[in-house]
Parts: sequence; C-alpha cells; structure tokens
Amino acid sequence: MSSTKTQAVRASATLSLPTAALGVTFGVLAAPILGALAAIVMSAVVWSGGAQFGALTVLTGGGGVGLAAGTGLLANARFVPMGIGFAPSVSGSPVRRALAAILVVDASFALAHRGEGRFDPEVVVWSAPLQYLGWVLGTIAGALGASTLASPTSLGLDVLFPVFYLGLLVPELRAAGRPLAVAVAAAVVALALVPITPEGVPVLAAAATALLGLKGQP
Amino acid sequence: MTWVLILALAAGTIALKVVGPLLAGGAAPPPALTRVIALLTPALLTGLVITSTFASSHDLVIDARVAGVGLGLALLLLRTPLLVALVAAAATAAAIRMLI
Repeated sequence: MSSTKTQAVRASATLSLPTAALGVTFGVLAAPILGALAAIVMSAVVWSGGAQFGALTVLTGGGGVGLAAGTGLLANARFVPMGIGFAPSVSGSPVRRALAAILVVDASFALAHRGEGRFDPEVVVWSAPLQYLGWVLGTIAGALGASTLASPTSLGLDVLFPVFYLGLLVPELRAAGRPLAVAVAAAVVALALVPITPEGVPVLAAAATALLGLKGQP
Repeated sequence: MTWVLILALAAGTIALKVVGPLLAGGAAPPPALTRVIALLTPALLTGLVITSTFASSHDLVIDARVAGVGLGLALLLLRTPLLVALVAAAATAAAIRMLI
C-alpha cells in the first residue's frame, strides 16, 4: 500500500504542473469576466477544467448563464461513463464507491488505469490532493495576477486549452470501436455550426454525434 | 448570476461523478448505451478542440492558434508528454504573434 501511495504522489506531482499551468490560464481568462474571487471559488468547488473552460467560453462569447452551465456540465458528461467504469474497482458500499468517484479527475483516472478496465482506487485517492492544490493555487495566481501579467494571448496561453483537450482525446482515438469516425463527424458538425448558431450549440451538436454508436459495431 | 453558475457546476459535476457508482455499481448498461457513452468523450472533446482552435465569436479564422494546436497534436500523436506538448504549443502561438 505505501509503495502505491508513494508512486501515486510522485506521478501526480508531475501531472500537477500542467494542471497548475491550466489553472493560471483559467484564472487569467476568468478574472475579467467573473471577477477574481468568483474565479477562485469556482476552481475550489467545481474542480474541473473541462466544465469551467466550457462555461467560460460561453460567457466570453456573450451566452447566458443557463447555456454556460449546460455546456460546462455537458463537458463533464464523460464522468458518467468514467464513474461506471471506475465503480467496480472500489470495494465496499455504494456510498464508499461514490466518495471515491468524487476524487476522480482526468489525470488521476489515467494514472489509476491498470488496463482491461480495472482501476486502482488508492492511486485516485492519493493523487487527488496535489491535483487539487495545483488547480486551485494556479487559479489564484492567475486571477490575482491577471491585471499585472502580460495578456494571456501574447503568451500563447489560449492554446493550452485545446491542447489539453487533445491530450485527453488522442488516447481516446486509439481505443477500439470507431472513435476516429465519430471525431471526424463531430469536427465537421462543429465547423459547420460555428457561423450560424448561438455560442455553445456547436459543441453540444458535436457531442450528439456519439449517437452514431446506436448503429451497432461495423 | 455568477454564483448560481458556480453552484450549478459544482453540484452538477458531483452528481455526474456519483451517478454511475450509486446506480450502476458493478452492473453493465445495455451494449448500445455503452457504445454511445464510450463515444461521447471523443465527440465532445473534438467539439471543444475545434471551437477553441478555429472559432472567433461566430467567425471561423485561421490564426496563430492553429499553428500552436497543430504542433501540440503532432507531438501528442508521437506520444510526447502532455506538459511538453502544452509548452511547445503555447510558445509557438506566442512566437507567431510576436512576429506578425
């Protein structure tokens, strides 16, 4: 157990660096829109880059709070299949499984994967604190430094967001089934809808291409 | 309204994380639903990547972001660590903006 713990803490320390960098980016971009305090509180209680960047993208584009919340939560819809996949690896009551699942973030989910859909819950639990600290401290630095730092775009920080998502997407594309075909369809749908629909709709429509999975395996 | 949004995102995220473990436990959903759920992640991530790379409000534009994200994608396909890909992508976009 203690070696699992040490390994988890060490591995999550490496992954907390990009997490903190993304936190800074979120803080810098969110502070002018939400206010510094709200940006920091959001990171502390939501603890999800996907949801927070999704919601912020909608607000920045002039969308309303409802659309922002919907987009943010749809960005986190992946936690449903992740939770279903993770749960059988946690022993004990459903409540214990649920508590462990709350600590799952993308980085710890990837670190805890032991192949064949099995997960090591110890890794999730022990890598959570550094992931959380990296995200919240990064947001604080970004939000409070937003006015003094150079503009995020001049530092290229705005591309961290799509590249972070690509970091999650690329392993997905290597999985069995037809994620690549769905990703191509999603890309076409999103590109086609950007000029003609309200902010947030292209992403929702892109996500709906997952329904291609209803057709059965090729 | 900002605080409503924060509460909704926090409560909603926790609900999404616990719904599987609480309801499904160890049981598997029907195969068609499993396939849709598995494809939801790549479909959604693609939508987010595309809009954050090419969209500027309601216009599709090709700017420094495309170069940075393109390099990031190439590095990730070569199994470069995420941190390296992030730094290279940001540096590329920043350099292009400085030169133009």
